[in-house]
Amino acid sequence: MADITETSLLPENRKQPRRAALDWLGLVPFMAFAVLFLLYPTAHIVIGAFRATDGGLTLDYMAGLFTPNIIKAFTLSLEVSLLTAGLGLALGLALALAVVRGGLPGFIRSALLTFSGVASQFAGVPLAFAFIATLGRLGFVTVLLKAIGIDLYGAGFNLITLSGLVLVYLYFQIPLMVLIITPAIDGLRTDWAEAAESLGATTAYYWRRVALPVLWPSLAGSFALLFANAFGAVATAMALTGSSLSLMPILLFAQIRGDVLNSQQLGYAIACLMIAVTGIANLLYIVLRARADRWTK
Amino acid sequence: MSARRLLAWAILIAAVLFFALPLIGMFEFSLRARRGTWSLDAYANVLKDPQFLGTLAYSAVLSVVTIVLGILIVVPTAFWVRLKFRRFRPVVEFITVLPLVIPPIVIVFGYLRLYNTSSWLPLTGSTTGTDLLLSLGYVTLSLPYMYRAIDNGLGAFDLKALTEAAQSLGAGWGRILYRVILPNVLVAVLSGAFITFAIVIGEYVFAALMNRPAFGPYMVWTGSNKAYEPAALAVVAFGLTWGAMGLLQLAATLSTTGLSKTRLSKTRRTR
Repeated sequence: MADITETSLLPENRKQPRRAALDWLGLVPFMAFAVLFLLYPTAHIVIGAFRATDGGLTLDYMAGLFTPNIIKAFTLSLEVSLLTAGLGLALGLALALAVVRGGLPGFIRSALLTFSGVASQFAGVPLAFAFIATLGRLGFVTVLLKAIGIDLYGAGFNLITLSGLVLVYLYFQIPLMVLIITPAIDGLRTDWAEAAESLGATTAYYWRRVALPVLWPSLAGSFALLFANAFGAVATAMALTGSSLSLMPILLFAQIRGDVLNSQQLGYAIACLMIAVTGIANLLYIVLRARADRWTK
Repeated sequence: MSARRLLAWAILIAAVLFFALPLIGMFEFSLRARRGTWSLDAYANVLKDPQFLGTLAYSAVLSVVTIVLGILIVVPTAFWVRLKFRRFRPVVEFITVLPLVIPPIVIVFGYLRLYNTSSWLPLTGSTTGTDLLLSLGYVTLSLPYMYRAIDNGLGAFDLKALTEAAQSLGAGWGRILYRVILPNVLVAVLSGAFITFAIVIGEYVFAALMNRPAFGPYMVWTGSNKAYEPAALAVVAFGLTWGAMGLLQLAATLSTTGLSKTRLSKTRRTR
């Protein structure tokens, strides 16, 4: 990424045009793979959402998204994604700050980063099982707490609800946050804090006027990425709740399997909406990260 | 200062509890199959189930096929882009991160619509075809990690000089890739392979929607039909994937610390 200067020094493609054309052949296998198994399937879905049965352009299917159960699934997905992104952001930031700037022993930092690298990847079915075994009706912690007189389920807690799902998602959202925000925290130079202090600033003032203005693009970018991460996840939620929580991807799963909406094109429209949401969130992340990078140089 | 330190410790302890308790709970739950005492009964039941070994073996074989296909697609491409198409690199990089942007369920939806029995490429018409499609789907899912790992590996040595040296000694492209480039990016390839394994072994959505007997769907099926076995399966799955990811971290450490040494010995070893 950083070798633009190096590139310009290399005398490349100054050969005969025929040779250059042959060079392109080297990219054919990859491009063929990418087109067949990534770009074309995605494009097919997106186009399908706008193509009428007679081949013309239509917005009917996208308009069809405005039916009660799809709107419900969409808002539920939004809720889960916003909640887990917000909480993941706050808790992940607190954890990263504690470990990077809290004066803890140095080995904890590398242990946390290694753990985060693994845990952020590791969503899915086993994670759901681990939480059922821990906070389900007969789970380890549930039983333990009951023994000392705290009845979680009696108090209205249930793992198979929105709040339970949020708790499970935090298991991979917090580590993801730690991974992306740690470099940004490293970028906050200690001499800025010292300079602020010597000029008489309180800690709160330093945070408000120095640290946060530097960190905010990273924070906003992280929020977007965490949001997209939660929005596209399916397996964890399905293994945890069966299909009792109708999230957007779970609805799409049921649609692909059994055409529960009685309209193939409506499935395309849902998929298209999902791409739009995760696409915009990722775009925001990229733009904001480019802004954040100005400070780390 | 000491208040800040206290707060840092409190946050850390809370985090350790949050991340450790589900793992402990899962393990404890998996030992509970026999009433009143801890036992390995749940694991014994799992092992007795022919479906367990069958689906695990299926997913393991599939992950090997996926790794091989991934290497065959990514190594030559990343090499070629670095050697001849540096200006084209952002495009290839953009394509390789797309699987992180497009939800996997949408990608597999596209597959099922495009490659069904009535299409020009009826991959889902036969089991072999479906297995191949599933594997190619997994190549897509692991592409962001595989490409980044291998591309970083290729950036760690002077690719142009080595290629020209091999060419002047009369090696063809295949020989250069296999005997010169591959040995130099072996650590990167390995780390890509581990993460691919971790992705494939527990994947659910692709396998379930393509109706293949993989480990992920088997876990979900067990989850809704058994009590303690799911926890045992989760322990197994955690062990396999975290083991693979641990090896990945190890490979990453090796590649940064032992780089200068291995690079020399590797280039010398290309006989």
